[in-house]
Amino acid sequence: MDATQLNRLRWRCRRGMLENDLILARYLEAKGTQMSETDVAALDRLLDLADNDLWDLLSGRTEAADAGLQPLLQSLRRA
Amino acid sequence: MQEAPKVVYELEHFGMPFDRNADGTIYQRPFGGHTANFGEKPVQRACAAADRTGHALLHTLYQRNVRARTQFFVEWMALDLVRDAAGDVLGVVALEMETGEVMILQAKATLFATGGAGRIFAASTNAFINTGDGLGMAARAGIPLQDMEFWQFHPTGVAGAGVLITEGVRGEGGILLNCNGERFMERYAPNAKDLASRDVVSRSMDQEIKEGRGCGPEKDHVLLKLDHLGPDVILKRLPSIREIALKFANVDCIKEPIPVVPTIHYQMGGIPTNVHGQVVAPKGDDWKAVVEGLYAVGECACVSVHGANRLGTNSLLDIVVFGRAAGDFIVAQGLKGRAHKPLPADAGDVARARLARLDGATTGESVPDVGNALRKTMQAHCGVFRNQELLSSGVARVMEIEERVRRTAIKDKSRTFNTARVEALELDNLIETAKATVVSAEARRESRGAQARSDYPDRDDPNFMKHTLWYREGNRLTYKPVNMKPLSVDAFPPKARTY
Ligand SMILES: Cc1cc2nc3c(=O)[nH]c(=O)nc-3n(C[C@H](O)[C@H](O)[C@H](O)COP(=O)(O)OP(=O)(O)OC[C@H]3O[C@@H](n4cnc5c(N)ncnc54)[C@H](O)[C@@H]3O)c2cc1C
Repeated sequence: MDATQLNRLRWRCRRGMLENDLILARYLEAKGTQMSETDVAALDRLLDLADNDLWDLLSGRTEAADAGLQPLLQSLRRA
Repeated sequence: MQEAPKVVYELEHFGMPFDRNADGTIYQRPFGGHTANFGEKPVQRACAAADRTGHALLHTLYQRNVRARTQFFVEWMALDLVRDAAGDVLGVVALEMETGEVMILQAKATLFATGGAGRIFAASTNAFINTGDGLGMAARAGIPLQDMEFWQFHPTGVAGAGVLITEGVRGEGGILLNCNGERFMERYAPNAKDLASRDVVSRSMDQEIKEGRGCGPEKDHVLLKLDHLGPDVILKRLPSIREIALKFANVDCIKEPIPVVPTIHYQMGGIPTNVHGQVVAPKGDDWKAVVEGLYAVGECACVSVHGANRLGTNSLLDIVVFGRAAGDFIVAQGLKGRAHKPLPADAGDVARARLARLDGATTGESVPDVGNALRKTMQAHCGVFRNQELLSSGVARVMEIEERVRRTAIKDKSRTFNTARVEALELDNLIETAKATVVSAEARRESRGAQARSDYPDRDDPNFMKHTLWYREGNRLTYKPVNMKPLSVDAFPPKARTY
C-alpha cells in the first residue's frame, strides 16, 4: 500500500471512542504498510460503521454478517 | 433546568429510542449524585437509551439534519477563527484533508461544538480526537478560557490504557483493593465505601498510591476486584467489561482483578458563554460582553451549569439544552436578510503562519515526543491532588514545553490526508489548554469541586468564589463574579459535602 493510501486510512481511523482508537492505532502501526487491497477494502467497510457497532465487532461481542470481513477482523482482534 | 424535560420529550418525538416503563412513559434510572433537596434523598432522574445514549442522540439529530438539508463538510479541520478589528467573528480558516487546501469559511454565525481537551493528560478516558481545538482557536483569537482548573477524574480507567470501566461495576459489588488486599474505601468513606462520588474515590486511590500502597511492580495503580460476583453476573450485567479487561489490561476479570487508576474524564471549564451559547468576554466594565458571531456549546463551552464539578449524565443534557438554545437564538437573528461583514485584510494569517512553519521546518523534535512530554507533565503536576510546589514547577515545565512545541518538525509534507500535520496542529491546541489549566490551578489556592489542593484543603469563599479567566496573551488571569441570581430557583450558597 502506498503512503497516500495509508494516510487516508489513518485519517479515517481517527474516530470518537478510545477503545477503537487504541486497537486501530495498534493495527496500523504493526500491519499498516503490509495491508493488501482486500484488507484496505475491508477496513474501509468497517470504518463506515458507527463507533459502538465497530467496537462490538472488535471486541468479539458480535460477528460480522459478511464473511469477507472475517480475516481482517481476526487480525484486528489480535492487535 | 426548565428546558431539560422539554428537550427530552422533543428528542423522543424526533424518534430517540429512550428506555421505557411498562406504561410507555420514559424510564428514569438512579445515578450517582442525583438527589432531591440538596442530597436529602436519591431520585430516579436519568433518561437513557440502553448503554448507548450518546450514539442514539447522534443518530436522532443526524436524521433531523438530513431532513433540514444541512450541508456537512466532513473531511475538514478548522484551524483558526477569523476576527475583525471590532472583535466580531466572521468565520473560520479550515484545511481540507483530501487536497490539503486552506480556505476561509465566511459565516454570519460560527458555533463551536468541538469537544473537550482530555488528551492533555497521560491517563484519559477520551478518544484521541479530544485535543481542545475550539479552545486553542479561541485562545489564539484573544478570547479567554474560563475555569480551566476544574477537571473531573473518573476513578476507574484501565491503568496504562485509560479505557473507562463504568461505575456499574462497583454498583454491582466490585471493590477496590490496595497492595495489602485491603478494601481501602472503607477507611475513607465508611458509609458509601466504593460507591462514594467520583472525586472522593479518585482522591482516596491517589492517596493509597502516593503512600506506597499501590499495586504492581511500580506500585502505580490499585485493583478493581469483581471475580467474587461470579461469571454469571459479570457476563450478564456487565457485558463489555470482560472484553475491555482482556484487551486493554490483559486480565480475565472473571478470575483476576483489573488494574485501575484515576483517569481524566471531563473538563468543566471552557470557552465562556451565556445561556444563548453566545461567547462572552470582558470588555471594559462589562464582564459579560458578547463576542458577536461566535457561539460555543458542549464540552468546549463553559456556560457553567456544572460549576466546579459535573454530575454524571449532565454533559449530554448540557449539550441538548444549550445546543437547542443556541440554535433557536441564531435562527431568531434573521441572518438570511443580513449581509456578510467584509473580511479583514489579515484574515487567515495566523493559520497560514502555523502551516508555513510546519512546511518549512526541516529539523526539530517529533510531535508525539513533545505531546507525550506535555501529557506526562500535566499528569504529574496537575493531577488528582495538587499543591503549590507541584503546580509552580508544573507551570514552569509547561512553559518550557511550549518552546518545544514551537520547534517541532514533521517529515511527511504531503498534502493529502496528512495526519502528521493534523497532529502537529492539534499540539498547538493542546498546549493552550494545558497552559490555561495549570496556570489557573496554581492561582486557585483553595479546594473546590474537582480541584483538590492538599495545601489548601478547604473551600475559601471570601477569596475564591469567582470564575477564573485565562488569557493566552501574557499568560495572565483575571476573575469574574459568580452569578448568584439563577433564572428559575432561589439562590443557595455552596455547602460542604458529607459522607
Ligand atoms: C468514555 C466516556 C463516557 C461518557 N459517558 C457519559 C455519560 O454517560 N453521560 C454524559 O452525559 N456524558 C458522558 N461522557 C461525556 C460526554 O460524552 C462528552 O462530554 C460529550 O460527548 C461531549 O460532546 P461534544 O459534542 O461537546 O464534543 P465531542 O463529542 O467531543 O465532539 C466534538 C466533535 O468536534 C469535531 N472537531 C473537533 N475539533 C475539530 C476541528 N478542529 N475541526 C473540525 N471538527 C472538529 C470532532 O471531530 C468531534 O466530532 C462520557 C465521556 C467519555 C469519554
